[in-house]
Amino acid sequence: MKALVAVKRVVDYNVKVRVKADGSDVDIANVKMSMNPFDEIAVEEAVRLKEAGKVSEIVVVSLGVKQCEETLRTALAMGADRAVHVETDAELQPLAVAKLLKAVADKEQPSIAILGKQAIDDDANQTGQMLAALLGWGQGTFASKVELNAETATVTREVDGGLETVKLALPVVITADLRLNEPRYVKLPNIMAAKKKPLDKLSPADLGVDIAPRLKTLKVAEPAKRSAGIKVANAAELVAKLKNDAKVL
Amino acid sequence: MPAYTAPLRDFAFVLNELIKVQEIVPTLPGYAEATEDVYASYLEAAAKFCESELAPINRSGDEAGCVFNPADHSVTTPDGFAAAYQQYCELGFPGLDCDPAYGGQGMPKTLAFPVMEMLTSSNVAWSMYPGLSHGAYAAIHAHGTDEQKDAYLPQLVSGEWTGTMCLTEPHCGTDLGLLKSRAEPNGDGSYAISGTKIFISAGEHDLADNIIHLVLARLPDAPKDVKGISLFIVPKFHTDASRNDVFCGSLEHKMGIKANATAVLNFDGAKGYLIGEPNKGLACMFTMMNAARLGCGMQGLGLGEASFQGSLAYAKDRLQMRASNGPAFPEKSADPIIVHPDVRRMLLTQKAYTEAGRALTALLALQLDIEEKHPDADQRKEAADLVALLTPVAKAFMTDNGYIATNLGMQVFGGHGFIREWGMEQLVRDCRISQIYEGTNGIQALDLIGRKVLLDQGQKLRKFSGMVVAFCKAQEGDERMREFVEPLMKLLKDTGELTMHIGMAAMKNRDEAGAAATDYLRVIGHVTYAWLWARMAKVAFDQGDAADPFYQAKITTARFYFAKLLPEVHGLMVSIKSGAAPLMTLDAEHFAFQ
Ligand SMILES: Cc1cc2nc3c(=O)[nH]c(=O)nc-3n(C[C@H](O)[C@H](O)[C@H](O)COP(=O)(O)OP(=O)(O)OC[C@H]3O[C@@H](n4cnc5c(N)ncnc54)[C@H](O)[C@@H]3O)c2cc1C
Ligand SMILES: Cc1cc2nc3c(=O)[nH]c(=O)nc-3n(C[C@H](O)[C@H](O)[C@H](O)COP(=O)(O)OP(=O)(O)OC[C@H]3O[C@@H](n4cnc5c(N)ncnc54)[C@H](O)[C@@H]3O)c2cc1C
Repeated sequence: MKALVAVKRVVDYNVKVRVKADGSDVDIANVKMSMNPFDEIAVEEAVRLKEAGKVSEIVVVSLGVKQCEETLRTALAMGADRAVHVETDAELQPLAVAKLLKAVADKEQPSIAILGKQAIDDDANQTGQMLAALLGWGQGTFASKVELNAETATVTREVDGGLETVKLALPVVITADLRLNEPRYVKLPNIMAAKKKPLDKLSPADLGVDIAPRLKTLKVAEPAKRSAGIKVANAAELVAKLKNDAKVL
Repeated sequence: MPAYTAPLRDFAFVLNELIKVQEIVPTLPGYAEATEDVYASYLEAAAKFCESELAPINRSGDEAGCVFNPADHSVTTPDGFAAAYQQYCELGFPGLDCDPAYGGQGMPKTLAFPVMEMLTSSNVAWSMYPGLSHGAYAAIHAHGTDEQKDAYLPQLVSGEWTGTMCLTEPHCGTDLGLLKSRAEPNGDGSYAISGTKIFISAGEHDLADNIIHLVLARLPDAPKDVKGISLFIVPKFHTDASRNDVFCGSLEHKMGIKANATAVLNFDGAKGYLIGEPNKGLACMFTMMNAARLGCGMQGLGLGEASFQGSLAYAKDRLQMRASNGPAFPEKSADPIIVHPDVRRMLLTQKAYTEAGRALTALLALQLDIEEKHPDADQRKEAADLVALLTPVAKAFMTDNGYIATNLGMQVFGGHGFIREWGMEQLVRDCRISQIYEGTNGIQALDLIGRKVLLDQGQKLRKFSGMVVAFCKAQEGDERMREFVEPLMKLLKDTGELTMHIGMAAMKNRDEAGAAATDYLRVIGHVTYAWLWARMAKVAFDQGDAADPFYQAKITTARFYFAKLLPEVHGLMVSIKSGAAPLMTLDAEHFAFQ
């Protein structure tokens, strides 16, 4: 059984991003970039499924600039078997990403596609859902547990009210939530081994996908600075303020 | 404990833009695969491990310390130490720069050194367990027979076993000529080793199944002084798993690195194997002395960095008093202390020493790579000469500055710096030993002025000065560099005269060299850092993406260094020129009176 895992290169979660002076975007020049943490969890899950003998081949795919290769190499060092890089400098919005992933899935014919539930840069939380719709596959999003069988996947999902378990026919799209697993550290010798694993290059044109953005960013701004709070004397005053000033009660 | 984030951006700057390792290292035999992306991946993997596994057990390790169990002579390391070591081995760290013939990954020192810095920043006490193993590995790799290498290296490279270096005895540390441990031939090619070694780092612990001690001892007919010392391999367990007669007698109670076991080891006719030639033991030790001393110097660097990260975060957060020229944050109860000139002095001193130390380390790591692998003998010799000259400087100057930096970090925290929970005083205590072991800084200073400078008539120093002059000359016409080049050229001229002055004085009275030594080492350290800061400024001017504050910060820090730290050399030079008399005149009996 083949697994397809999508990995995105994003600003590292430790970095405090700044908005560009012209307000067009976040400034990512020379900031540390890493694999999206949820995608790391997705890769880890695929590797565990392979170690458990459920999956026979893991293909990782990344879409975007040249340096996405580094992200793919990290996934290969974690245990993926080969990589596909759809290279483009163009802005990629979730719909374009889902279309590109569909095209790759059509070529690769995996039984499961594992993605992160969202990317920590734009937090869109859309790609997995759109991909499932485009492919016409079932979807198990926000997965905190995955059980894979020959024909089905049982996915425990983190939903607002607690946990929900769904049983899905393969092929299926799964998106990884935080508690699905704890990703492993890369073993140093695997870094060199990963360099020798195959990494195929494609372009959006090769896949015949139109990636033109459908949404326009008007302005990017820092969140408004929080003004100082006030101290209340007692609970009664607090309740009064919540009622009268904040009008939330 | 201050959170630790590995300075990956600065590593990339130093390796790729300043020292330009990619122009040389991948062209050296065996390093073709050490490309920029490989460096980046390795450093990132190491950063993750250090930040997530080692930093969190640093303070708890200091609180718990190591426990000696007299009943079975065993030592228990703090919680989490053994598990982290296990993981470290599984991830392949011990073999990073070891010979692939024995299971290593054969990576260059320019990659291994930044990893070492991260290990020391995140948990210096822990880092010494694998650190000592690496010393033992290097000794056996350089001087062992094929049988010895096959017997010990695979396990040292995998980390399954650890190693120690046993030199010091109760009556001798600096002066190894006084060493007493004995080695009697057993008649079967092995030796019975007897004696007491003290202060043995990682001498006993519960991280690994076996410990390979490298021990200096005397053969029965050996000459009395340093010419009569031989080196032996003494395993804790023999290859047939039987216990050897070497036991931990106790652990020292000490100021810092409490989580590293500093052991008294008693050798009671323990079975050992000669490594290298008889009576050449010190020479064997010296072949890896440069790397070990640089590793020790890096403790000053790594701890300075850790302290800087803590004090910087604190200084932005702590509100106390108003900026002298009016409130910077009127809406707050006071301004963050980073607005105050004196706090900035402390932070910038930490930053300037740390970043220059990182540059010096990378520069020397590159020379070690060249010395080991370059096909051209002249290039190897050049590199070896530069390493020889600058190793005592790197060891002593980086650890002295590390002590200054960790102390300032504590000061920035005010009263909280003195309180254990914040972790800042631990960094001061942990750093303090680096000025003492691997040859005290006083001995490093004697090595520099004596063996490295005066003994070869200043040849190595002149070659080094030549490099700095060449750099300065290359900046002619670059107006932006004048502010650095002019004082640097002047400093070189003054240093040349100073060296001559000491040389002349020492011809008449040997004490003149000893009297000048420590001040002189600091002068040479400043020359080296000034050169490196000028080079960093040059890179920043040339590569500087105007929008990237990283480069501007390099230039501003270089200016700070030249304006505020470098002037120390003037006082040092005046002190040196006053000669030995002020030190040697007072009668030893008159130092104190009842
Ligand atoms: C925590 C710790 C870990 C250690 N780990 C190891 C280890 O793993 N293996 C090992 O073998 N040793 C180890 N040591 C020992 C360490 O290397 C020695 O302490 C060091 O070499 C100094 O020797 P000493 O303590 O005998 O001091 P001494 O040699 O007695 O020196 C005392 C003072 O005199 C000065 N001095 C001595 N001779 C001269 C001179 N000719 N000119 C000017 N000044 C001089 C010294 O600079 C020093 O300031 C460790 C020590 C400690 C505290
Ligand atoms: C063991 C111990 C015993 C103590 N005993 C007592 C006691 O008996 N009674 C008592 O009242 N207090 C006591 N203290 C508190 C002690 O006096 C304070 O810790 C000290 O005054 C520093 O204040 P702070 O810790 O708030 O540091 P901060 O005021 O936060 O200072 C932090 C850093 O900022 C610097 N800084 C602050 N403002 C400026 C400025 N305007 N310009 C330049 N630099 C500035 C400081 O020099 C320091 O380096 C004790 C503290 C300790 C650790």
